[in-house]
Amino acid sequence: MKIGAPREVFEGENRVAMTPDSATQLVKLGHTCVIESGAGAKAGFSDAAYAAAGVTVLPDAKAVFDAADVVVKVRGPEAAEAALLKSGQTLISFFWPAQNADLLKQVADAGATVVAMDMVPRISRAQKMDALSSMANIAGYRAVIEAGNNFGRFFTGQVTAAGKVPPAKVLIVGAGVAGLAAIGTSVSLGAIVNAFDVRPEVAEQIESMGANFVFLEFEASELPDGAATGGYAAPSSPAFAAKQLAKFRELAPEMDIVITTALIPGRPAPKLWTEDMVKMMKPGSVIVDLAAERGGNCDLTVADQKIVTENGVTIVGYTDFPSRMAAQASTLYSTNIRHMLTDLTPKKDGVINHNMEDDVIRGATVAHAGAVTYPPPPPKIAAIAAAKPKEKVKELTPEEKRAKETAAFKAQTRNQIAMLLVGGGLILLAGLFAPASFMSHFIVFVLSVYVGVQVIWNVSHSLHTPLMAVTNAISSIIILGALMQIGSGNWLVVILAAASVFMAGINIFGGFMVTRRMLAMFQKS
Amino acid sequence: MEFGFTTAAYVVAAVLFIQSLGGLSGQESAKRAVWYGIVGMALAVAATLYGPGAGNWLISLVMIAVGGAIGWYVAQKVQMTEMPQLVAAMHSLVGLAAVFIGYNTHIELVVVQGMDAAAQEAATGFAATLVHKLHDPMATALISILRVETFLGVFIGAVTFTGSVIAFGKLAGKVDGKAKKLPGGHALNAGAAIISLVLLVVYLQTGSTLALLVMTLAALFIGYHLIMGIGGADMPVVVSMLNSYSGWAAAAIGFSLSNDLLIVVGALVGSSGAILSYIMCKAMNRSFVSVILGGFGGTTGPAMEVTGEQIAIDAEGVAAALNDADSVIIIPGYGMAVAQAQQSVSELTRKLRAKGKTVRFAIHPVAGRLPGHMNVLLAEAKVPYDIVLEMDEINDDFPTTDVAIVIGSNDIVNPAAQEDPNSPIAGMPVLECWKAKQVFVSKRGQGTGYSGIENPLFFKENTRMFYGDAKKSIDALLPMIE
Repeated sequence: MKIGAPREVFEGENRVAMTPDSATQLVKLGHTCVIESGAGAKAGFSDAAYAAAGVTVLPDAKAVFDAADVVVKVRGPEAAEAALLKSGQTLISFFWPAQNADLLKQVADAGATVVAMDMVPRISRAQKMDALSSMANIAGYRAVIEAGNNFGRFFTGQVTAAGKVPPAKVLIVGAGVAGLAAIGTSVSLGAIVNAFDVRPEVAEQIESMGANFVFLEFEASELPDGAATGGYAAPSSPAFAAKQLAKFRELAPEMDIVITTALIPGRPAPKLWTEDMVKMMKPGSVIVDLAAERGGNCDLTVADQKIVTENGVTIVGYTDFPSRMAAQASTLYSTNIRHMLTDLTPKKDGVINHNMEDDVIRGATVAHAGAVTYPPPPPKIAAIAAAKPKEKVKELTPEEKRAKETAAFKAQTRNQIAMLLVGGGLILLAGLFAPASFMSHFIVFVLSVYVGVQVIWNVSHSLHTPLMAVTNAISSIIILGALMQIGSGNWLVVILAAASVFMAGINIFGGFMVTRRMLAMFQKS
Repeated sequence: MEFGFTTAAYVVAAVLFIQSLGGLSGQESAKRAVWYGIVGMALAVAATLYGPGAGNWLISLVMIAVGGAIGWYVAQKVQMTEMPQLVAAMHSLVGLAAVFIGYNTHIELVVVQGMDAAAQEAATGFAATLVHKLHDPMATALISILRVETFLGVFIGAVTFTGSVIAFGKLAGKVDGKAKKLPGGHALNAGAAIISLVLLVVYLQTGSTLALLVMTLAALFIGYHLIMGIGGADMPVVVSMLNSYSGWAAAAIGFSLSNDLLIVVGALVGSSGAILSYIMCKAMNRSFVSVILGGFGGTTGPAMEVTGEQIAIDAEGVAAALNDADSVIIIPGYGMAVAQAQQSVSELTRKLRAKGKTVRFAIHPVAGRLPGHMNVLLAEAKVPYDIVLEMDEINDDFPTTDVAIVIGSNDIVNPAAQEDPNSPIAGMPVLECWKAKQVFVSKRGQGTGYSGIENPLFFKENTRMFYGDAKKSIDALLPMIE
């Protein structure tokens, strides 16, 4: 199949969906690659580099759309591009099908297949093609760099001959992929980092990255039901929202850099950093709002712009952080695309097998065979493998407990009686036929088995090897049989008995000796 | 038992033997308990020599002395890592002795039946006991029962003999440890068992020596083929099962010789081995039948895909983590025994403990090739037994542990047992070491354990692979712990 990457037409988009490296890998899958001239220029990949990797460079987008069976892009198609898609062609790019329903309908009607990189299910197996995460990672990193660029001081605290420099204090709001990347970057630059998230369970992740988790403390009276939420109010509750804003107001005067990354799927970004908080911040402080595209977490954010407020706080509202690191972003994104194509080419023979039974492929495909296939059915595999139903350790009420115990006791009684009846019956049956002298031995046998079972259950686990050695030694009690027979007049019997005595002798001495050796070694600390 | 004294001595011996087994419930009382066993055995042998039926004192004493000397020597010389082989070898001796004694009973019976009345009157020793039985009013029934008992004794003894020899060979590495079966598989075993059953009927009717001989061959074959078909990881069950058989063989012989002490001790040993087998099977979540039938039970579907990669680490990395850790749990397995690394592990433990760190050992019930194998090895290396804990005691402590070190174990730490319902070991209780903050796995190389199952533990994010021979790896660590 021919994989083609046109130049991104969106204003300010620097990324490209295919790099010379990814093209080399795609060729290994049996595909051939084409690219529009100049497509990689803004990300630092020249036409010559592509040509050297075996990619055919075509003059314009139309040529690429005409030649390619699979078109790979970063941004979703513009109307003009969508018109170029033809039946049977596959488009792999970000698409945001929920927001672009009309465009999706148009493309589906044209008969093209669309694989939306933003729809890749978030399961372990699909992590290698999770472009949202790889882009969010870049955004988090870049946000810190942008902040540093606009912040007039060091991140790390220093004591120099020219005076003492305090460390920068950073607050990260929202600990998703971008938030965690931002935490990691600012910690490694030496800042003191605080991070907040509405999910108390991410506290561990935040702390593992080296930041402090900003914990909201609730009075018992503020919680509807303390036990149900683990001491944390539901994020949607008014009590929580109020507490959260109060905490931010408390932190605002101290913080030098605030990076907000809070997003709610399918809704405008929540307003978390209000105007009055901005006013409380020190001059020279920086706010980077990663949610600017969806309206921003800060009241004053202006999308795609950097503004400075009256009190000297810089608010960065760029929406194109990944594009600002086009080389890195293109490398990661093209690798995500390449992994998607690997899954689409299971036999590595250059033939696309669009397997709609595969959870990942099905989830990402939003248009196929002339029909819109969005939204996908829930994946067959749970998102997190470990999401087993938690064992319910339900506190039993005393009545239930007693009922359960009684039932267990009854079942035990039934079993025991049944076994005793069956066992007793069998023995009685044997007694009908066997002579009395046999039965007297049999009593000894049954009682010994019983005693053996009772005794052995109490043997401690760590002494199982000595137990085997000791039972081994005493099983040579069989020597008694040989001793009783060795006095026989028959020479064959004497020889066999002597051999048995000999073997049992080895066992007795060897078994007891080795047991003693082992037991002598066990010692308390 | 004409002599009341002999019987009395047997009663005392039986009580001593029970005490001896009961004493094994604790490390300290065990040291005393073994003496009960020795005294009991000495008393039993002396009473028998003194009692009725015994003769040829000289031969008996010489044989005991020679055998005892050999046993003593071997027991002194054997290395603790070779315990499984030694135990298996000893079982084979008991099995063979049972076969011989059974044959003796048969021969004596034939001889006595062939005697005329006068000779029968004059018979002494064991023959006299038989004569006594022949003159009993219920002679036919008694003789039939005697034959069944003899037959059973020989059968179990023969199975134990070849089975133990093969088990010894496998454990000592002289026979390939993998499960192997002749074409025909269990049908052959079943066939041999049916032949034995038919022969039992024949023997019961005619007392034919040929039937006994053919049955012995069949039983020898069953023992050989049964154990050949069981693979490495199941060896603890096999050894304890053979232990049980040797006990039942002794009990059967006891019946045929009308000797109560033999019956008592045989039953004790037999039930002890049976319980050990049961405990081992439970620890592997396998039924006894499936172990005996050999191989792991069929999988019900494709195994869960293992994603990620095995990340290696060098001694410096492990040492750094250990120096930072407060609590460490060590999980030894058969690999530690193979590499003879227990001394190094002990030294590591001593150094870490000297620095005030909590070091504990987690022992899975089926670690090693013998029940309790790891405990013995660690005891040999002077690891105090109160820091050596069982699975149930320590499994809940992993989440609060900084470092877990897995030394040469694989299946017993395989999370697939809990996470993958299609895994052949699904449902087997395992040590949850992956819940520790960091896990180091000392292993010779990439590859699967005895069960041949991929271990997702090695691919976990908090797992690092410490490749190399266990002893060399731990020795490399030692100078870096400070």
